[in-house]
Amino acid sequence: MSDINSNENRARYSIGVDLGTTHCALSYVDMSASDGEKTVQGVLPVAQLTAPGAAEERELLPSFLYLPHENELAPGDLTLPWTQERKFIVGELARSRGAGTPIRLVSSAKSWLCHPGVDRRAAILPSDAPEEVERVSPLESSVRYLTHLREAWNHAHPDAPFDQQDVTVTIPASFDPAARELTAEAAAAAGYTRMTLLEEPQAALYSWIQKSSGGWRKQVKVSDVILVVDVGGGTTDLSLIAVVEREGNLELHRVAVGEHILLGGDNMDLALAHTVARKLAASGTQPDPWQLRALTYACRSAKEALLSDPSVDTVPLVVPSRGSKLIGGSLRTELTRAELTQILLEGFFPQVDAAARSVSRARVGLTQLGLPYAQDAAVTRHLAAFLGRQVNALAEVEGLQHQAPQGATLLHPTAVLFNGGVFKSPLLVERVMSTLNAWLAAESAPAARLLEGADLDLAVARGAAYYGYVRHGKGVRIRGGTARAYYVAVESAMPAVPGLEPPVQALCVAPFGMEEGTDAALPAQEFGLVVGEPVHFRFFGSSVRRQDQVGTLLDYWQPDELQELEEIEASLPPEGRTPGEVVPVKLHARVTEAGTLELEAIPRGSSERWKVEFDVRGGVSADQGMGL
Amino acid sequence: MTDMNPGFFGRIGIAFGAFFGILGNAAFAGRVQRLREAPEAPDFATEAPRPAAAPVQPVQPVQPAPSVLKEASPIAALQLLGLLQRDARFIDFVEEDIAKYSDADIGAAARLVHDGCRAVLREHFSIKPVRTEAEGSRITLQEGFDAAAVRLTGNVVGKPPFNGSISHRGWKVEDTRLPKLAPSHDASIVAPAEVEL
Repeated sequence: MSDINSNENRARYSIGVDLGTTHCALSYVDMSASDGEKTVQGVLPVAQLTAPGAAEERELLPSFLYLPHENELAPGDLTLPWTQERKFIVGELARSRGAGTPIRLVSSAKSWLCHPGVDRRAAILPSDAPEEVERVSPLESSVRYLTHLREAWNHAHPDAPFDQQDVTVTIPASFDPAARELTAEAAAAAGYTRMTLLEEPQAALYSWIQKSSGGWRKQVKVSDVILVVDVGGGTTDLSLIAVVEREGNLELHRVAVGEHILLGGDNMDLALAHTVARKLAASGTQPDPWQLRALTYACRSAKEALLSDPSVDTVPLVVPSRGSKLIGGSLRTELTRAELTQILLEGFFPQVDAAARSVSRARVGLTQLGLPYAQDAAVTRHLAAFLGRQVNALAEVEGLQHQAPQGATLLHPTAVLFNGGVFKSPLLVERVMSTLNAWLAAESAPAARLLEGADLDLAVARGAAYYGYVRHGKGVRIRGGTARAYYVAVESAMPAVPGLEPPVQALCVAPFGMEEGTDAALPAQEFGLVVGEPVHFRFFGSSVRRQDQVGTLLDYWQPDELQELEEIEASLPPEGRTPGEVVPVKLHARVTEAGTLELEAIPRGSSERWKVEFDVRGGVSADQGMGL
Repeated sequence: MTDMNPGFFGRIGIAFGAFFGILGNAAFAGRVQRLREAPEAPDFATEAPRPAAAPVQPVQPVQPAPSVLKEASPIAALQLLGLLQRDARFIDFVEEDIAKYSDADIGAAARLVHDGCRAVLREHFSIKPVRTEAEGSRITLQEGFDAAAVRLTGNVVGKPPFNGSISHRGWKVEDTRLPKLAPSHDASIVAPAEVEL
């Protein structure tokens, strides 16, 4: 099709969508008006309901979905500027309405989307809703947020339909292949036809580059290693990006990403609220759940006040009564700096040793009800573990003059970029920097410097839009490909020993660093698939084994080298075959242009390709989830 | 005694004003003279009955001219009231009898109301001072200045340019962003009753 590239079909805008745990945002670059590093960029004010029957435009769309009772709202109360047909609420009103009626509120859908313990396509949310509330799946709630953004765009830009623009949707760098695929699926279901995925820490760095309008080349130099610390509302995401030189140009190379850590700003507000509630309880006042939510909200503002102004020592907290008597029924207390320091700085950002490791997660039970929140709240310990695990990450990077210092126990970043509203506080930035620099000083490494000027709230959406623009060759790109190598388990050919599980070997099917739109080599090993029956494989990922190629067979690995992911499932439909017949297949990996990993089973002597599913937590766990 | 009669300093002002008024204005002097001669000048100190109105010619009923004043739409006002109640508990605060509470209790509630009112103003309006100069500084108003944006007080005489000092910088709303309403929405419910099931 030659006219795909003609001017009529070329996207005018590059749209970046930040699909966050607590907020979504949409930014766009007008590519026809941008030239080189001078970009014309905006943030879409997203029209959304803010009260029944009242719609407003806000820069952020809270990632909340509310499923109202049929008698709860007056007819017409859900009218949006572009439709009256919606039966559910997305955004600000969903959040405020849900505070009073949590059983009808879906929140943190993104954390559920990457929760391997549940069937993400099953209607399981809200997880504590009574029978009669019609539930939705984590996938469906993401579809609704993305759809709302598309419709808001189309309403605001009738001349530039959304499906004709280039769209980039961001995901945590730590998302596994299944969560990436589900996000891509949600985007497709929401009508995102030209969509690419981008990791959030990369988006934050793109935004920083774009904001500097060329100045970034003076702020970083070859051999710099940039640590991106992204603490969002619900997740903490770590990435390392090296500055390399290739053919005389500065290039950015993402060398490592951290593990998935469900820990964010919301946990901090909640921790503060519970401390204050305990204080109130000690003085004889027991806040009810409604007051506790109001207290959480008050704590957030108090936290921001204390963190932004070091001269303030206490911030009064007032929780109004629910009734119309405002003065008589209010709860009064205060949040002191000592409490804030104790909970936030010592609880979430303790000044730990470089050898500290996050408390290891206990084995997840089969019937996990809630989200697998990080058990260790200390961001700094997660950071120490990440840098320690990635100590050798730079050895393989092309174009980087890097000499790993003798005896180093952690990778030495030279610059730090922060992202996320939490880091509006200079105290928290300072705490992370001083902790990191203490680790570096202990190994006689130079201190890392802070990359200034990041836009902490909207950087991800802005960076995503900018990325869509640089994909057309208009600026520097971050390379690196997939940040993990992937393996399937192969049973060792050894005699069975009663009572012992046969030892498994791990066969590499997708090497580290596969770029978008590339295919991995075809491994020599074959697997027998039974026609008409799904076959499960244990599946592993490694964020440290950079050297393994397709076909590499591991007999033995360190416990922290390979992480077991969800099982994957391959099945051969019986068309043209006898059910029960065993067909030898090879597993072939490729990374799509959109940025998702795909595994295919290719039968011997055939050109057929059968997709291997990553997300196979089908009926079983869904039933368990529903029954509880 | 009623306090409608001026006090000592007020009387000084009146005396000076009357003195120069009598010197400079023959008609005014005549009115003062008639006032001094009148035996029963109305005295606010006594509860004198209102003098009966002098008989006047009955006025021909005139067809009232169509008013040029426009009725303000109550919708936006109700909307703002609803926002102030929702985010600042404004109506609750004003409707509550505060006489029986201590200043500390009222102060605590006022914080909440203040925070909320501020959030509403910042969210829905862009408010800027009319004059950017510091209060107390002297400015000159040129011919054709906007009388709606600047109110002259004090010795308002002569012709522009006027020199004076800013006693209040004024506020102007540069942008209003009130929520768009569904046609069926009843704005008069500024806060729905809440019933917990």
